Amino acid sequence: MELLIAIIVGVLTACGVYLSLRGRTFPVVLGLTFLSYAVNLFLLIMGRLTIGSPPIISENVMHYADPLPQALVLTAIVISFGMTAFVIVLSLKAFLEMGNDQVDGKHKP
Amino acid sequence: MMNHIVIFPVMLPLLAGILLLLLPKRKLPLKRAISLSLVMLQVVTAGFLLGAVNSGDILAYALGNWSPPFGIVLVADRLAAWMLIVTALVASCALLYAIRGTDKNGVHFHTLFQLQLFGLNGAFLTGDLFNLFVFFEILLLASYSLLLHGGGRLKTKAGLHFVVINLVGSTLFLFAVGILYGLLGTLNMADLAVKVVSVAAEDVALIYTAGLLLFAVFALKAALLPLYLWLPAAYAHTTATVAALFAIMTKVGAYCILRVYTLIFGAQAGPVANLIEAWLLPLALMTLIVGVFGTLASTRMRQQVAYLVITSVGTLLTAFGMNTESGIAAGLYYLPHSTFTTAALFLLVDCIANRRNVMDDQFEPGPIIQQHRLLGALFFVLAILIAGMPPLSGFIGKFLILNAALAHSALWWIMGIVLITSLFTLIALARGGSMLFYRAQSPHICDVDLSTDVPRGVLSVTGELTSVICLLALSIGLVIYAGVITDYTTAIADQLLQPEAYIQSVLNMEVNQ
Repeated sequence: MELLIAIIVGVLTACGVYLSLRGRTFPVVLGLTFLSYAVNLFLLIMGRLTIGSPPIISENVMHYADPLPQALVLTAIVISFGMTAFVIVLSLKAFLEMGNDQVDGKHKP
Repeated sequence: MMNHIVIFPVMLPLLAGILLLLLPKRKLPLKRAISLSLVMLQVVTAGFLLGAVNSGDILAYALGNWSPPFGIVLVADRLAAWMLIVTALVASCALLYAIRGTDKNGVHFHTLFQLQLFGLNGAFLTGDLFNLFVFFEILLLASYSLLLHGGGRLKTKAGLHFVVINLVGSTLFLFAVGILYGLLGTLNMADLAVKVVSVAAEDVALIYTAGLLLFAVFALKAALLPLYLWLPAAYAHTTATVAALFAIMTKVGAYCILRVYTLIFGAQAGPVANLIEAWLLPLALMTLIVGVFGTLASTRMRQQVAYLVITSVGTLLTAFGMNTESGIAAGLYYLPHSTFTTAALFLLVDCIANRRNVMDDQFEPGPIIQQHRLLGALFFVLAILIAGMPPLSGFIGKFLILNAALAHSALWWIMGIVLITSLFTLIALARGGSMLFYRAQSPHICDVDLSTDVPRGVLSVTGELTSVICLLALSIGLVIYAGVITDYTTAIADQLLQPEAYIQSVLNMEVNQ
């Protein structure tokens, strides 16, 4: 299970890095979204993968799931969601003002 | 009550921002009055906090009375109070300039300005790494909107680059936070500092990675080489007020480097002690060199000032990179100086550019500027300040840095690069100043018809220059009270290099139930 999650995080990050290095704004926005997916998953598994263990203290329980990463991830998701919305609007604005969707604002011949 | 003073610098701008959001658009004078008076109140609060921590006390404030390391803490020590007062002073001068007209370009200028201060003050006060990330996002989101304030093609393009690179930076920050939490099980900075000492041998490499990832993020914020490329375009194309406020933004990165790498990865950190010592000084010196090349090659005045911000970052981090008490103290004296002067220069250049009609701030002979004697004199004083010529605060700052370098093994590198770059800064500013003031042609020779643009000609200069003169007065205050201030910055450095007091006061704080 750890290996699978690690591979997913790795693939998402690789896709994110590749796409955010592209020359047009739409792939860049997608790349940033992939990167934030990767980091959210990464944060979530930082509390270790456990099955069937409660996050709340109770008697007769030896192993607990760590509740904090979920709180961290929730915050990170909200922030990255807001940022993605902002960057989409900004790239739309850039497209309308510059007449093309190149990141450097120059027309391709 | 005394204890609650710590949260005031965070609460004031947040509540001010919300209040300003609720006011209707047509009540601009009221908005300006509220915004300005609240920023002034922040200066008072920061001054009060500075007095409260002056004795060496570290005030920790547990939010919601959750005791650390489980809850989030705000911590006010000497360094935090110092950063808060510098921020509040720069912000009040920038706002004084904005209320003369540039705040009309968009509806929510004052709200965004206050939220920017909310993020900045929070980043300086927080004692929790994830909370630092959250405050970073707040200040960044406000800064994106401020940067784009007023609109325009070049602003949008520079803004897009700024936003994208900072989003990547935020992702890296989260990766670093994730690794630290996964290995050490805490995000409270004081608790991290305790736990990092006893990290298992097989985890050292991962902690090292996290530490360097954090360094990359802070270097991006501070515009350290090679992550400075976003800065010149962003700062050169935005409005003067915003650029003046952003003079403090790179210092947030410098502050975080200082805080994290003295507290968590400092000399006491066991296997990861002095993590970035090998990186910071060479990178800072190279930043200095690249920044100076930028100032020499600039074709516009605003661009040149933006590169001057980069050289000031280089100088500042050179001082911090020495990792000695005298080096950090010198850097902390240089920090307000460079913030005030670059902010003043951004505002002054805007005044000059407004008077040059279509020539704007280009380095080409233009019309004679109205009130050129006053503007020229101010430019001259600011150039002396920035280049570090005696007798003003730039000289004292650079002298302290070089004096601190005497005990360092890389003395000749530091000495040589700082002095030579100062000389080139002086040449670049002299070239810019002579182009703007000496090589100006009288209006009738100039091919631009001035008569079509009368309203700009009758701008009252005194109102516009108030904030420039305020910032200059602050720099001169740094010279007059140099003795007191260097004593204080030495005390800051002393406190930073002995993080036990910080750790004790956070982890052993008593929470009133």
